[in-house]
Formats: sequence, C-alpha cells, structure tokens
Amino acid sequence: MTDPVLSIRNLSKAFGALVVTDDLSLDIMPGECHAIIGPNGAGKTTLIGQLSGELTPDGGHVLFKGADITDTAAHERPHLGLARSFQITNVLPGFSVLENVALAVQIHRGGNSRMIGRAAVETELNEAAMEALIRVGLAERAGTIASTLAHGEKRALELAMALALAPSVLLLDEPMAGTGHEETARMVALLKDLAGERTLVLVEHDMQAVFALADRITVLVGGRAIATDTPDAIRANADVRAAYLGEDAA
Amino acid sequence: MAEAAAPAATDRLGPRIVVPAIIFSVLIAFPVMADLANASWLMTLATRMMIFAIAVVSLDLILGYGAMVSFGHAAFVGIGAYAVGILASHGMNDAALSFPVAIVAAALFAAVTGAICLRTRGVYFIMITLAFGQMAFFTATSLSAYGGDDGLTLWTRNTLFGTGLFADRLIFYYVVLAVLLAAYLICRSIVGSRFGRVLRGCKENERRMIAMGADPFRFRLVAYVIAGMIAGVSGALLANHAEFVSPAYMTWQRSGEFIIMAVLGGIGTLHGAILGAAAFLALEEILSHWTIHWRMIFGPLLILIVYFAPGGLSALLRSIGRND
Ligand SMILES: Nc1ncnc2c1ncn2[C@@H]1O[C@H](COP(=O)(O)OP(=O)(O)OP(=O)(O)O)[C@@H](O)[C@H]1O
Ligand SMILES: [Mg+2]
Repeated sequence: MTDPVLSIRNLSKAFGALVVTDDLSLDIMPGECHAIIGPNGAGKTTLIGQLSGELTPDGGHVLFKGADITDTAAHERPHLGLARSFQITNVLPGFSVLENVALAVQIHRGGNSRMIGRAAVETELNEAAMEALIRVGLAERAGTIASTLAHGEKRALELAMALALAPSVLLLDEPMAGTGHEETARMVALLKDLAGERTLVLVEHDMQAVFALADRITVLVGGRAIATDTPDAIRANADVRAAYLGEDAA
Repeated sequence: MAEAAAPAATDRLGPRIVVPAIIFSVLIAFPVMADLANASWLMTLATRMMIFAIAVVSLDLILGYGAMVSFGHAAFVGIGAYAVGILASHGMNDAALSFPVAIVAAALFAAVTGAICLRTRGVYFIMITLAFGQMAFFTATSLSAYGGDDGLTLWTRNTLFGTGLFADRLIFYYVVLAVLLAAYLICRSIVGSRFGRVLRGCKENERRMIAMGADPFRFRLVAYVIAGMIAGVSGALLANHAEFVSPAYMTWQRSGEFIIMAVLGGIGTLHGAILGAAAFLALEEILSHWTIHWRMIFGPLLILIVYFAPGGLSALLRSIGRND
C-alpha cells in the first residue's frame, strides 16, 4: 500500500468555545482528488488554514510526505510542495495579472535576494507565468491591473498563482465560489486536467463539480469527518444525506 | 485620455525617467546658475537639501515600497554624523575611515532595532521606531565626552585619502550630488529587482506573499538595514557640511520632517523624495526670512499641498506632463 502524501492526525482547533476542528484524522493519498464538503461553518477553511500553516492547530499533527510539518512556518510549506488558493480572492491588487503570477514563479524558483536587474522584464519568469495564465484562460488579461479584473477572472488568477508554485499537493478553497455557469464549467475542465498531474484537496460547495472531480470525498460537519468514501458511497450514505446533501437538494 | 485602458508599462516609464533626469540635470548645472545669478550662498542651501534628500530617498525605499512608516529615521542620520564627529575628536579625520564606520554603525543599529520593530505592525511599528529614535537621541545627549546636549564642533572637514577635497565648497557640492545620485540609483535598482518585487508584494498583500512562500520579515529587515546605511551616509555628510554634530540631528521632529518631505514629494517614487526635501527646505528658508511666526504658516501650507496634490509633487509634475 502506498503511504499518504498528506496526513492529518488528531487535529484540533477551537476559536474560544467554538470547536472548528474536532480531533480530525484524514489521509490524502498521492495523486487523488480529495474533496472536502460540508455546510457553512463546518471548518473547511480553517482546516485549509492549518494545513497551509497560516493557523496553528491546538493539538494534533500534520504530516507531509512522511515528515511532521505541524511546526513548519507557513512561508516554508510552498517550498516543500504544498500550496493553497483562497476562498476569498487574495491577490496582489496593484500588480498586473502577469506580475502576480511571475512573482509566484520567482518566489518558487528562488534568487529572491537579487537586487540588480529588472524583475519585470525577465523572460524566463514571464514565460512561465504566461504558461499558467494560458492554462487558466487569462492570457489576454496579462497586462491588466489585478484589482480591475471581473470576479471570475480573479478566481482564475487565484488559481494561476497557486499553480505557478508547482505544488505536488494543491489545497483549493472553493475555486468556483461565486463564478458563473460558464466559468464553473471551464474551471471543472481545468481541475480535471490538473487532477491527472498532482494531488488536489478540493473544498467546494458545488456538488456537481465535486462529484465530477473527486476520487474520494470527506464530509465535514462541526469540525468532524462524518464520512470519507468514494463519491458513489457518499451519495448513498444516509448520515450524509441527512446532515448535508438533503439540505442542499432542498 | 483613455483612463479605462490599462496604463501600459511604457506610459509609466516616460515620466519615471524624464523627471529624475531633469532633477539631476538641474542639480549638476546648479552651481553654474548660482554663480551667474551671483547667489553663491544658495550653494550651501542646495548642498543641505541634497544631504536631506539622501536620507529621504532611503526613507522612501522602506516607506513607499515596504509600507514601513519609520518615525525614527533621524537616528540613522545622527549615528552617521556622530561616527564622523567622534572619530574626528580622536584625531581620525579621514573619510576613508569615518564614512565606512558611519555606514556600519547605522547598519548595526538598523539590524538590531529593525529585528524588533518589524515584529510589529501599523501604529505599533511607528511607536517603536519612535522609541528607538528617542533612545538614540538621549544617548547622544548623555555623551558628555562628546559635547552632550551642546553637540560637538568639527575643527575641519574630513580629508579624503589625505586630500582636502571636502573643504572646497564646490567639490563638496559635487561629492554630495554624487552620493545622492548613487543612493537614488541603488534604491531604483532595488525596487525594480527581484528583491524589490517581493518587498512590494509584501506591501500589497502580506498574507498572500506568505502563502506563496516568502517571509516578509526577512525582506523588510534587509530593506530597513539598507535604508539605515544610506541615511547614515547622509549623516556623515551632514556632519561635514555643518562642521558640527548635535543631538538635534536625531530628534523625533526631524524624523517627522523626513516623513513630511517624503509625502510632500510623493512616496513610492524615489525622485519625489528629492523634490520633497528641496521644497521643504526652500519653504522653510523663505518663510523664516519673512516672519518669525513662519511655522504657523508652514504647517497649514504643507497640509494644503498634500490635500490638493495627493501623491505629492511628483504626481503634480506627472499630471502636468500628461496634459501636454
Ligand atoms: N478567526 C476566527 N475567529 C473566530 N471564529 C472564526 C475564525 N475563523 C473562522 N471562525 C468560525 O469558525 C467556524 C468555521 O469557519 P470556516 O471558515 O472554517 O468554515 P467553512 O467550512 O469554510 O465555511 P464556508 O463554507 O462558509 O466557507 C465558523 O463558525 C466561523 O465563524
Ligand atoms: Mg470556507
């Protein structure tokens, strides 16, 4: 049996009296697309935050490629191959679309202490950035200032920036949040493409997208995983239907 | 003028090069013009402006590109000045020694205080840089061996490898100008470089930069130390210019003036720092000749300028350039 690439062991986190991660254990296998679903406030974003190192868990461990990264700083994790995207678009608003992504490429590749030479005209960085932009369908907007993008375009940029870090495990927090039908369809196609090449942890409310993409699904309710299984089994699971899917269908 | 269209890089590059080129051309030609106008006393003022401009350019590096509102920048200037003064009082009078010492002393102070200040954000950062600035100030006033409150008179300007170059007013003017140009070019190079892009990114969105794998603290600290070193050079020049060193060089008021100069010229432009320092000292000079109550006019005037020209003098120049 292969070892999990990302292993969550007895993770717990509370904000005051509110328990948002409740003794959660979960293994993410290499190459899988693992969806995490659950109602609003279930603790999905908080979990991504702890995996990316932005939030410190109260207890438990996170193992990445076999090593304990629970105490690894957030800014070190992308260099190990673990990167995230944000539910609420979180780009560099004053930078151009291209520079947002080129900066991600630069940080990933290193040489960040170089103080000579204009970074903006470095073709190797810009070419790699363009590749990511082409991939998410944003190439024509490369010169646009990020803050002026439409919502759907910002979502695409959000993903391009995470992609530019070339992570082996990509944590995606609701990549389709607030996008239109067409954009969602394009995003699903793109994620399907990505799923073939790297491990994805996908937090998503769009059930159609989740069932189209996921190899396995974990249902999170109140910070606990009430089920982890294949999409078909999850669809058939009575607890899940009661706790989550039922509400969603109504 | 199409506002909605993306302002292409070329559109912005124009004024970026033209305005600094004009500024430095004027500074190069200034001694000749002052001579022709029979106003060679202006040379002293212009030299002082450039010395201040060096400090403000360095402040703009961290303020305009790193969002670090340092309220203790005068401390670096003071440390640079005291390095020259203290060495001179022990008979070590060559710039080849005192300038490197000034730079290293300012760098050490910046590294130690920066490592602490940069753990904080926003108002706390401002307050802590202010506190360290005041510490440097009170330390200077307590140096009784070096004049304490009264400061320290230099009996002569620094020699440079044994030559008396600094003593010549015209040569010293051009030495200061060369340092200003070097400071400007160094900072210009930094902000456009890979390092500078990370620094600017941290100003834009710190959280995202961390998620992409950059540690903002490291980049900010390096920028802070570089800014401190440049300000230290400005202090070493100031000591030579005034032939005097005093705790007054590092008061919090002086730090505040540096911020005002940066804002007045337009932060995040570098050349704006030069305009800001020049405008500030020129206004101070004119108003103080006119009335002893000049500060009552100076304050409101600064507020009006900043209010009606947000983005400072450099933005004003840019909009004039665009309307043509
Ligand atoms: N910094 C915080 N301080 C206090 N409470 C918080 C904080 N962040 C999140 N919470 C609370 O923790 C709970 C879980 O939040 P979280 O954002 O992880 O939910 P989620 O599953 O991502 O929800 P959604 O589907 O709406 O995105 C919510 O009740 C939220 O209000
Ligand atoms: Mg969420």
